[in-house]
Amino acid sequence: MATSEADHFDRLGRGLSKLGAWIDARFPMTKLIKEHATEYYASKNFNIWYGFGVIATVVLVMQLVTGIFLTMNYKPSAEGAFASVEYIMRDVDWGWLIRYLHSTGASAFFIVVYLHMFRGLLYGSYKKPRELVWIIGMFIYLCLMAEAFFGYLLPWGNMSYWGAQVIVSLFGAIPVIGNGLAEWIRGDFYISDITLNRFFAFHVIAVPLALVGLVVVHIMALHTVGSNNPDGIEIKDYKGPDGHPIDGVAFHPYHTSKDLVIVVIFLIAFSAVVFFVPDMGGYFLEHANFEPANPLKTPEHIAPVWYFTPFYAMLRAVPNKLLGVALMGSAVLLPFFLPWLDRCRVKSIRYRGTIYKVMLAIFVVSFLSLGYLGMQPPTGAVVTLAQIFTFLYFAFFLSMPFYSRVEKTKPVPTRVTP
Amino acid sequence: MRIAAVALLLSLGLAGAALAQEEAAKLESANTNIKNVASLQRGAKYYVNYCLGCHSAKYVRYNRLAADLGITEKQLVDNLMFTGEHPYDTMAIAMKPEDANRWFGTAPPDLSLIARSRGTDYLYTYLRGFYVDPLRPTGANNIVLRGSAMPAVLWELQGPQRAKFGTDASGKETFEGFEQISPGQMPAAQFDEMVRDIVNFLDYIGEPIKREREALGIRVLGFLLVFLLIAYLLKKEIWKDVH
Amino acid sequence: MAESTGFTRRHFLTVATVVTGGAGVIATAVPFVSSFKPSARAQALGAPIEVDVSKLEVGALLKVEWRGHPIYILHRSEAMIASLSKDAALLRDPLSKDSEQPSYATNEHRSIKPAYLVLEGVCTHLGCAPMPRFEVAPADLGPQWPGGFLCPCHGSKFDLAGRVFQGVPAPTNLGVPPYRYINDNTILIGSDTGKA
Repeated sequence: MATSEADHFDRLGRGLSKLGAWIDARFPMTKLIKEHATEYYASKNFNIWYGFGVIATVVLVMQLVTGIFLTMNYKPSAEGAFASVEYIMRDVDWGWLIRYLHSTGASAFFIVVYLHMFRGLLYGSYKKPRELVWIIGMFIYLCLMAEAFFGYLLPWGNMSYWGAQVIVSLFGAIPVIGNGLAEWIRGDFYISDITLNRFFAFHVIAVPLALVGLVVVHIMALHTVGSNNPDGIEIKDYKGPDGHPIDGVAFHPYHTSKDLVIVVIFLIAFSAVVFFVPDMGGYFLEHANFEPANPLKTPEHIAPVWYFTPFYAMLRAVPNKLLGVALMGSAVLLPFFLPWLDRCRVKSIRYRGTIYKVMLAIFVVSFLSLGYLGMQPPTGAVVTLAQIFTFLYFAFFLSMPFYSRVEKTKPVPTRVTP
Repeated sequence: MRIAAVALLLSLGLAGAALAQEEAAKLESANTNIKNVASLQRGAKYYVNYCLGCHSAKYVRYNRLAADLGITEKQLVDNLMFTGEHPYDTMAIAMKPEDANRWFGTAPPDLSLIARSRGTDYLYTYLRGFYVDPLRPTGANNIVLRGSAMPAVLWELQGPQRAKFGTDASGKETFEGFEQISPGQMPAAQFDEMVRDIVNFLDYIGEPIKREREALGIRVLGFLLVFLLIAYLLKKEIWKDVH
Repeated sequence: MAESTGFTRRHFLTVATVVTGGAGVIATAVPFVSSFKPSARAQALGAPIEVDVSKLEVGALLKVEWRGHPIYILHRSEAMIASLSKDAALLRDPLSKDSEQPSYATNEHRSIKPAYLVLEGVCTHLGCAPMPRFEVAPADLGPQWPGGFLCPCHGSKFDLAGRVFQGVPAPTNLGVPPYRYINDNTILIGSDTGKA
C-alpha cells in the first residue's frame, strides 16, 4: 500500500519534471523562478517598512479583480451610473462586498503606497544604483493618482461631479490654451455623460494597463540591482564561499513566508474596515456622494478624497490660480529628483546626521498637516497654516542639496544589523 | 468665465463660514438601532403611510424588505403595498419629477440613501423640527433646513409648534427652542418614538446589508487570526536558522 | 515523498498554511462566482406574469412575453380539440415521449385544461416564432392539414397541441412553460407551484 503510494508520487514527480523540462526548452520558467524567487537574495534584516511593496501588489491584484466584477454590472452613462452602483449594492449577489473591497482598496492603496515611499526616504532606497527603481515608482504614483481621479467620477455622485468639475477647471488656468484644453479633456462644455464615458475607458483599461506594465518594470529594475535594506549597505559587496551575499537570504522561502505574515496582518486591518466601517466616517465614501450628481447644487464643502488633500491644500494656499496649479504640480514632481537632490553618501537614516532626521520629521508633519488642512473649509487660519507647511514641504527638497552635503554621518557597518 | 466660476465656488466655503446669518441647527441624537426589527417594521408602516406618497425609495425592493424585516409576503402585501405592485417591484411612486417640480418648487427627493448622505441625527431633528411660519407657502418652516419646501406632514400627530428666536451679542440670530401651540394626537414622547422608528427605517434602507456584513466580518476576522497564527509559526520555523 | 525524511514540523506547518490559505482563497472566490447568478432585478424581470383569458375568443391566439420568450395562449374550439386525436399519423411524437414539457402537459391536448393551449412560441428547430395557421386544409398546406402552427423560417409544422409533424426540420414538440390557473379566468405563466 505505502509502496504503491510512494510509487505514484514518484511517477507524478517525474512526470511533472518532464513537463517542466518541456516548458523550459521553450520558455525560461525555471530560470525566472530562480532569478526572482529561489535564488534572489535579499537582506535578512528586512523590517515592517519592507512589507509595503508586497502589500501594494496584493492591493493592485485585488483592485483589478474587483474592478472587473464591478464593470460587469456598472453602467457608464450619466443616466445609469448612480443607479447601477445601487444595483450592485442591493440586487447583485454579493455585489456590496465587491463594491466595498474596491472602494476600501482605493484608500488602502494610497496608505500603502505612501508608507512604501516613506521607506525609500528612511533608507535611501532612491540612491545609486536604484535611481531608476525610484523614478519608475514615481510614475506608478502618478498613474495611481490619475486612476483614482478617473475612478472617482464613475459613481456619478454629487461629490464625484463637483470634484471633477473643480479639477478639470484647473487646466483652464493655463494661459492661452487653458479653456480649450479643459474642453478637450471633458469632450463637452461641462462635465457630462461624454466625460464620464471617456473617464471610464481610462479607468478600466488605459491606466490599469500602464500600471501593470510599470509594476513589472519596477520589479525588474529592482531585481537588476538587488534590494536595499534598513542599514543601507550593499549586501552584494560581501559574498560567502557559495557566491551568495552572507547577509542575504533567498526570497523564497524566507521573504515569501515573512511577507505572508505581513499580508495577513494587512488583511485583518483591511477586513476590519470593509466589514465594519467602509465609509470611514465619510473619508472613504463621502456623504455627499450618496446623492446623484446635480449640476445645480454644489455640495456645502467640496474637498477631494483624503489622499489628494495635501496637494489640494497647497493649491489653495496660493491666491493666484495659475501659480497654485504650478506649485501643486511642482510638489508632485519634486520627489522625482530625490536621487540627485540628496548629496549624502550614507543611505540609511540609521547612520545619517541629525539634520536629515529633523528635516524628514518636519516633512512628515508638514505632509500630514497639509492633508488635514486640505479637508477644511479655506478660512484665514487654514490658508495661513497651509502656506507655512507648503513652504516646509518644499524646503525639505530644495534645501536638501545643502544640508545633505554637510550633515555629520555615523560610520556605516559592513554587516547588517537586526 | 471658468476662473470666475471656480473662484466663486472656492469662496462659497469662506462665505459659508464667515458670513452665516443663521446658526446651523444643533442636531439631536437619533439613537436608532437597525437591529431592532420591531422598530423597523413600525418605521416601514409609517413610511408607506406618511412618506411614500411623495418620496420614492426606488432602490428598495418590497420582497427584500419583507425578508429583512421578518414578515411574510402576505403581511407585506396586506400592510405595506397599497397600489397593486408586485413584491418583486421597487418602492417607486407615480409622481413625475417634472410635475413635482412645478407643484412644490423642487421634486421631493428619493429617500433610499438619505440616511447615508445626511445622517440619522439630521433626519431625526429635521422631522421633529417643523414650526408654524405664515410666510411660507406651506405654512411651515423647518429649523434644520430653512425654507424647506416640504409641508409639515406629521403636524397633526405632533401638534403645531412655534419657534422662538433671539439674538446673541454679535447680532446673530439664535434658536431658543420650540413652544407647543396646541397638543397633537400623540404625546411628545410617543411622537419622538415614531420619528425614531421612521429614521431607523431610513437608516436600514440606506444599506440593507449592514447587519449581515458586520456578522460576516466577525467570522472573516476570526479566520484571519487563525491563519495569522499558522503563517507566523511557519515563518518562525523557516527563519529559525537565520541570525 | 515525505515518508523518507520523516514528519517534520516545517512540513506540517507548510501543509497547514497551504490548506488554510487555500480554504481562504476558495471562500473568497465564492462571492465572486455567486455574483454571476441572476440578480434580484433579473429575477424580478423574469417573474411569473398573470394573463386574463376571460376575454379571449374561441379560436383566438394571445401572445405574451415571459423571460424573453413569446408565449402563445390559444383558446381551442371543440373542433380543434377533437382534431387532436385524429392526426397522430402525421406526427413524429404524438405521445410527447421525446419532447420536454411539465407533467400536466404530457396528455393528448398538452395542457391543463383542453380549452386553453399554453405554449412557448419557439420553434424547436432554430428558435423562430411559429405562425398560427388554424384554418383546416388550406390550399398551400394540403388537404391533410388539421390546423396548427407553421414556422416561417424553415417550414416546420406543429398541430393544435404544438406537436411536431414528421418530415420537418424541428425535432421535438413545442415547449410548454410552467404555468397554473390562479382562478378560472387567470393563468399564471412562469410558475406551477406558487407565486415567484
